[in-house]
Amino acid sequence: MSATALPSPKTETGVLAGARTLLYKEVLRFWKVSFQTVAAPVLTAMLYLLIFGHVLEGRVKVFGTVGYTSFLIPGLVMMSVLQNAFANSSSSLIQSKITGNLVFLLVTPLSHWAWFVAYVGASVVRGAAVGAGVLLVTVWFAPLHVDNVLWIAFFTIAGAALMGALGLVAGLWAEKFDQIAAFQNFIIMPMTFLSGVFYSVKSLPPVWYEVSHLNPFFYMIDGFRHGFFGTSDVSPWLSLAVVSASLAVICAVCLHLLRIGYKIRH
Amino acid sequence: MPAVSFVNVAKTYPSPRGDLRALDDVTFDIAQGEFFGLLGPNGAGKTTLISILAGLARASGGSVAVLGHDVQAEYAAARRLLGVVPQELVFDPFFTVREALRIQSGYFGVRDNDDWIDELLANLGLADKAQANMRQLSGGMKRRVLVAQALVHRPPVIVLDEPTAGVDVELRQTLWQFIARLNREGHTVLLTTHYLEEAEALCGRIAMLKLGRVVALDRTSALLAGTASTMLSFKTDKPLPPQLADRARVTGRIVQITAHDAREVESILGMLIAAGCDPEDLEIGRADLEDVFLEIMRGETPARVAA
Repeated sequence: MSATALPSPKTETGVLAGARTLLYKEVLRFWKVSFQTVAAPVLTAMLYLLIFGHVLEGRVKVFGTVGYTSFLIPGLVMMSVLQNAFANSSSSLIQSKITGNLVFLLVTPLSHWAWFVAYVGASVVRGAAVGAGVLLVTVWFAPLHVDNVLWIAFFTIAGAALMGALGLVAGLWAEKFDQIAAFQNFIIMPMTFLSGVFYSVKSLPPVWYEVSHLNPFFYMIDGFRHGFFGTSDVSPWLSLAVVSASLAVICAVCLHLLRIGYKIRH
Repeated sequence: MPAVSFVNVAKTYPSPRGDLRALDDVTFDIAQGEFFGLLGPNGAGKTTLISILAGLARASGGSVAVLGHDVQAEYAAARRLLGVVPQELVFDPFFTVREALRIQSGYFGVRDNDDWIDELLANLGLADKAQANMRQLSGGMKRRVLVAQALVHRPPVIVLDEPTAGVDVELRQTLWQFIARLNREGHTVLLTTHYLEEAEALCGRIAMLKLGRVVALDRTSALLAGTASTMLSFKTDKPLPPQLADRARVTGRIVQITAHDAREVESILGMLIAAGCDPEDLEIGRADLEDVFLEIMRGETPARVAA
C-alpha cells in the first residue's frame, strides 16, 4: 500500500466531476426499490384510469371528438411523471439528511452544479420511467395517436426537471419526513389534481377557469396533451414559455440554495 | 507547507440567549506526516473544528487550509486532499460494501479504482464482506467501511473523529495498526478521541481544547513532562483530609492523587497517615494523559502552548 499524495491520472476534475457517479447512485437507489418507486405509481395511475374512465366515458365531452379515456391517458402519464420526479429528489435528500449519510456527499469535491445535475437528472429518469410505464399499461384502453413527439419529449423533460428541482428545494428545506409529506399532500397533489388531469379546464366555471391559468402544472399537462391530440386548452407555445420560465426560476433558487449549503453546511 | 493550518478560527452559533461561541481564535498548524491528537471534553469544540476543516460547517471567522488550499475558496482541491472518518456510524442502506466504495471513489472523480478498493478491503478485514449489503453489517464492520470510504481517494491527510467510540478491543487494535502504518508511509493523521491512552500511544503532538479555545499545545512527551507525572493509587474506607479531598479522584474505595515529584509523594503520604486514612494496596505509578488532561482542564497548570 502506498501513500500517494497525488490523485491518480484518471482523476476527473472540473465543475461536473463526480456528477456522473452521483447520477448513477441516485438512479440505482430508486431502481433497487423499483417495485415501490416505479411499479406502485404505475398501478395507481391504472386504477385512476379504470375508475374514472368507467364512470365518465361518454358523459364528458372534451376537444370535440376525443373520447374521455383517450383524453385522460396523457393527463395520468404527466401527473405520474411530475409526482415521481418530485418524490425522487425530495425523498432521497431527506433520507440522507435524517440518516446522516449525506456526510458522504458533503466531504467530497462535488460542486453545487454537480449536485444539481445529478439529483435533477435522476428525477427526470424516474419521472420518465414511471411515465413510460403508465403509458404502456393504459394505452390499450383507448385509441391514442401521437401528433408531435417533440412536444411530448419537451414537456416530459422540462416538467420532470422542474419537479426534480422543486423536490431538491423541498428536501433542503425540510428537517423531517412529515414536512416533505406535507409539501407533497398540500401543495403538489392539489396543484396536479386541479391542473386539468381529469377534465378540460374549459368545462370549469369562469372563476376556476381563470384560477387554473395561474397554475404552472396546468401548462405542463396541457402542453404534454397537445403532443398527442394536436389540440389543447391554450397554445403549446404559451405552455412552453410558462414552463420554461417556471423551470428557470426554480433552478435558480435551487442552485443558489445548494451553493450556500442551505441547511446542510452549518 | 503545513498539512493543515488553522488561523484564528472562530465559530458562533446564534441562539435565543445570545450567540453561542463554539470556537474562539483557534490557531495552530499540523505538519506533513504528523500524527496529531485533538483532545477535549464534550462540547469543547473538537467536532466543530473538524467539521469546518471537512466543509461540513463554515467558520464565522479566520481560515483553514489543507496543504495550502483554503477550505472555502478552493474547497474542491482541499477536499480531494482530505479523508474524513465521521464520528456517527452512518451508512447508505441501499448499497453493498463494494458499491458504496465505488460510489464514494466516483464522487472524487476517481474511476476504475477497484485495485485500491480491494487493497483497502483486505487491509481492513472486509474482503469477505464486499458483496454484503451495508444493512447486514455489525457496528464494527460498518465502522471499518467508514474508514475505507475515507481512504478510497488516497488522501494525504486523514481525519478521524472519535473513530473507536463504542468499538470492541480487537477492532480498535486492527484500526490503530492500520492507521499507524498509513502514518509511517507518509500520511498526516488528525485524531480526536476520548481514549486518552490511544492519543498517548499514537500522537506525536497534542492540542487540547476547552470551551472552544486551545488550552495546551505541545509534543505529547513535553506535555507529560510539564505536569504531575506520578500517580498514587490506594484503597481506603476513611474520609480523606480536606487538603487532599479536592484534588483526589475517588472511585468507590479507590483513590488516585497525582504528584509532581518524590517530595510531594512523601508529603501526601504524611497527610494520609496523620489523618488516619490507612492507605491499602498503595501503588506509585506513572500518571497518564488523562490525569494531565484533567489537571489542565481544572486550570491547575498554566496553559502550555509551544509551536
